[in-house]
Amino acid sequence: MSTLVIAEHDNASINAATLNTVAAAKAIGGDIDLLVAGLDCGAAAEAAAKIDGVNKVLVADDAAYQYQLAEVMGDLVAELGKGYSHILAPATTTGKDFLPRAAALLDVNMLSEIISVVSADTFTRPIYAGNAIATVQSSDAIKVVTVRATGFDAVAAEGGSAAVESVSTVADKGVSAFVGEELAKSDRPELTAASIVISGGRGMQNGENFEMLYKLADKLGAAVGASRAAVDAGFVPNDMQVGQTGKIVAPDLYVAVGISGAIQHLAGMKDSKVIVAINKDEEAPIFQVADYGLVADLFEAIPELDSKL
Amino acid sequence: MKVLVAVKRVIDYNVKVRVKADNTDVDLANVKMAMNPFCEIAVEEAVRLKEKGVATEIVVVSIGPKVAQEQIRTSLALGADRGILVETEEKLESLAVAKILKAIVEKEQPQLVILGKQSIDNDNNQTGQMLGALTGMPQGTFASEVVVEGDKVNVTREIDSGLRTVGLTLPAIVTSDLRLNEPRYASLPNIMKAKRKPLEVVSTGDLGVEIKSTQTLVKVTPPAERSAGIKVASVDELVEKLKNEAKVL
Repeated sequence: MSTLVIAEHDNASINAATLNTVAAAKAIGGDIDLLVAGLDCGAAAEAAAKIDGVNKVLVADDAAYQYQLAEVMGDLVAELGKGYSHILAPATTTGKDFLPRAAALLDVNMLSEIISVVSADTFTRPIYAGNAIATVQSSDAIKVVTVRATGFDAVAAEGGSAAVESVSTVADKGVSAFVGEELAKSDRPELTAASIVISGGRGMQNGENFEMLYKLADKLGAAVGASRAAVDAGFVPNDMQVGQTGKIVAPDLYVAVGISGAIQHLAGMKDSKVIVAINKDEEAPIFQVADYGLVADLFEAIPELDSKL
Repeated sequence: MKVLVAVKRVIDYNVKVRVKADNTDVDLANVKMAMNPFCEIAVEEAVRLKEKGVATEIVVVSIGPKVAQEQIRTSLALGADRGILVETEEKLESLAVAKILKAIVEKEQPQLVILGKQSIDNDNNQTGQMLGALTGMPQGTFASEVVVEGDKVNVTREIDSGLRTVGLTLPAIVTSDLRLNEPRYASLPNIMKAKRKPLEVVSTGDLGVEIKSTQTLVKVTPPAERSAGIKVASVDELVEKLKNEAKVL
């Protein structure tokens, strides 16, 4: 048995979700190789080699992989993955984009967003927006899987000393190209990696009012998220959305401010260790999952909370 | 330009899902069914492309039981021109669905295929990408904007770190995210008109697709329930609890 894990990286460093994905590979057992595909990604490959439990790092360094577009990544992963029993990638928007292509090229099915490994061929994954957990057994020769980071404790980023090996690349068919990007710029921690997350919902009323949450977050070293309602209303950008179709987070502390608690939102945060809800509607469903609920007007409670921390 | 849209019949978005007592699956008996919300967004996008004069014909395909005709009729009422139902009682896995759609693509030769990014039942988020691989078409997944220019389409995608735009050579695949558009409601005259639009029913055998299942649903269980905690009376009490009881501050 051997697993190929596709590393997520920005050519310089490894994205934290990769460490959770390696943890899932460890739970499966067998050798673990890591693929780093990018352009001038030597630094990312070096970082990958230090990850605990990694046997070998395969590096595909080519202009074709600069933006890790699904078409070229799918072809590459299908080609390199042939010799493995398992192929894993983080369930990020990158992993979800290219991995199903690789699975189809290998003529196998795929398992999305597993949250635990039962055995080498059996996994659990949430279905129906997390309202049910399915245990699924795969008879495919190669198990192709995306891993939900919150389901697995990250392995150590240091301590390993894997060999680094270049691999030949697959020709780019030239049917897709990177055009542009609008990336969120923030000095705050990443939502999926933060130990404290403060999220605002429709109750925030507008984007300017999110300043209150940013201020509080900076005091606590927290990330700021939002409900779908707040994103749809244009208060904040899409990359802040927590929920079934946004980001899945499981911090030590999650503070939901002015969020009613639709099931799709709960699906994205209910594995947080401690949940605080601040909402003026005492009937709001968010209180049903909150460890500490405060029925209050957020425009009074948040400044007061800020002043008392 | 011909646009193909794939739609799926799933449990209605507003229904509270319950796991069967014997843990074999979720309980779908007598539950309201509807078009998958992401598929509705896909249909709407195709209709808007037609209204802009970019699309000339919209073909809607669904794969499922006979009653899935309802979702095709809904799509026709929203503005699609004709429907195809690939009728099957089998519960299909994503690869099989992608293979069936590939057969439809070969027959219809659309320039653009629009699908929902995932269905709200299995939450797989795989079919569009698999179809892309099988047909060799490029893909723009999790789309929040679609702009067709000549033989190219620019797709703005919602990604974890913000927005990314990719340029794809047609024919191409788009999978819709939540903010691509807000689907319209079908008007009564359009619902009546939709009843007369053509709807072809075919079988997987007609398409020459061999269906193979490789995944076994071992069991389905309810998620770990979080019990409601306590209500605190003031911000002071909240801070005290977080510091001394939960020890997270």
